[in-house]
Amino acid sequence: MTKKVPIQITLNGEERAEFVDSGATLLRALRDKFGDTSPKGGCHQGTCGACSVMIDGELHLSCLTLAEVCEGRAIETTAGLAKDGVLHPLQQAFLEGFAAQCGFCTPGMIMAAKALLDHTPSPTRDEVVEALSGNICRCTGYEPVIKAVLSAARANSQKVA
Amino acid sequence: MTIRRGRGVAAVNYPTGMNLGGDPSQALVHSTPTGSFMVTLSSVDLGQGLKQVMAQICAETIGVSAEQVTIDTADTDTGPHCMGTFASRGTHRIGNAIIQAATEAKQVMLEVAAEELEVDAGDLETDGAGNIQVKGAPSKSISIFDTALAAHFKHGRSISGRGMFLIPRSYPETETGAMKPSTCYAHACTVAEVEVDDETGEVTVLTVKNVFEIGRALNPKMVEQQLVGGSWMGISHALYETTEPYYPNRDHGGTDFNQYLMPGPGDLADTEVVVLERPSADGPYGAKGPGEMCANPQIPAVANAIFDAVGVRVDHLPITPERILRALKAQQATT
Repeated sequence: MTKKVPIQITLNGEERAEFVDSGATLLRALRDKFGDTSPKGGCHQGTCGACSVMIDGELHLSCLTLAEVCEGRAIETTAGLAKDGVLHPLQQAFLEGFAAQCGFCTPGMIMAAKALLDHTPSPTRDEVVEALSGNICRCTGYEPVIKAVLSAARANSQKVA
Repeated sequence: MTIRRGRGVAAVNYPTGMNLGGDPSQALVHSTPTGSFMVTLSSVDLGQGLKQVMAQICAETIGVSAEQVTIDTADTDTGPHCMGTFASRGTHRIGNAIIQAATEAKQVMLEVAAEELEVDAGDLETDGAGNIQVKGAPSKSISIFDTALAAHFKHGRSISGRGMFLIPRSYPETETGAMKPSTCYAHACTVAEVEVDDETGEVTVLTVKNVFEIGRALNPKMVEQQLVGGSWMGISHALYETTEPYYPNRDHGGTDFNQYLMPGPGDLADTEVVVLERPSADGPYGAKGPGEMCANPQIPAVANAIFDAVGVRVDHLPITPERILRALKAQQATT
């Protein structure tokens, strides 16, 4: 029988604790135990980017991260981006720019873009391309996604100014 | 040992759906007791936006806002039969079935409203904002909400309709052989510019300019989204996609999407998309099927551009660096 391990994390600002299978990935823990299905399981081997989340403000692939090593850390997912019913600028830009079709890659795309904009608020197109290069999409052709990230960056800079 | 530039053009005519008969789709429409409309289908939204466009078609036919329409594609066991979402047929075939079903449902709705207003159903119209009114006398009106309530609880009428769309089978004329093998053509033309490294065989697609003639664009933003993605997929067909990327052993082939690669965010051509709207005669509100058509013309356009750049015809897909180099070698051997 798999050993159960208690873990406590801050999930999108909320203190949460669950028992997870020892050795379970953060992706499995988030989806099956913490009930946050926004990170998607695409390849389960760290190449598609659909499971991307932030751990203590850094972008990580939750399918390659053991849940146990996240003890005491702050996890952010796309499920926590909207505040008081108002979409995050990236979500708004994806919506307005029609940057999602089937939507499976979208949460990972948005987290990868957020990781970029958090430290590079006004990125060049090349920087956006680099930031999204670990995320596979098979519908959009990437162009609407790149444009949405650039548009969100512009919207942000206008708000600050 | 030079980077050579070339330009190629290609045009396609693309029929909508399967043809020669046998390509039916059904739709059922009914109102809830409070005047929302449910459309039951067995067709699937793959992410291309079928549900949105089907809701628009139903809403347009009945005369309500698209928000009043719910598309239920939940279950192919219990839903009305549909051949499926493929062959660029969804908007055209299913859309036509919905128009038929919604027209029947609207007729019942107007008959109930006519009873309530004590007028003739033929004198009624919808205002698009949730009401039914007498033509030319909009002050005499009843809301669709109240009409649906009355239908359910007073008149015992079901505001519902059945829709079925089937292209009649075409047989060849004995004398001439003339027939109509396909229906509702969409059209496209693409000009591609490439750079080919004649030492490595590598191709870089610089620009792709597409014109698509797709009938009426029922949802212009979603059409654009399809066409931009489709153009990229066309480049992918031309230069990238194969299940046998690593020869000679089949076991070395790609096993999942991580290895079956398409152009990544860093490999994108500068893409332009122009939409021409020439409403089709038999499409729902003039629509055609833009789906697969939009990923086709890039393939011959890129092949022609490669020919223009380095003078070789590669007639196997994808056009890999290896195939280009082999063709160049063969060309040198004959000259």
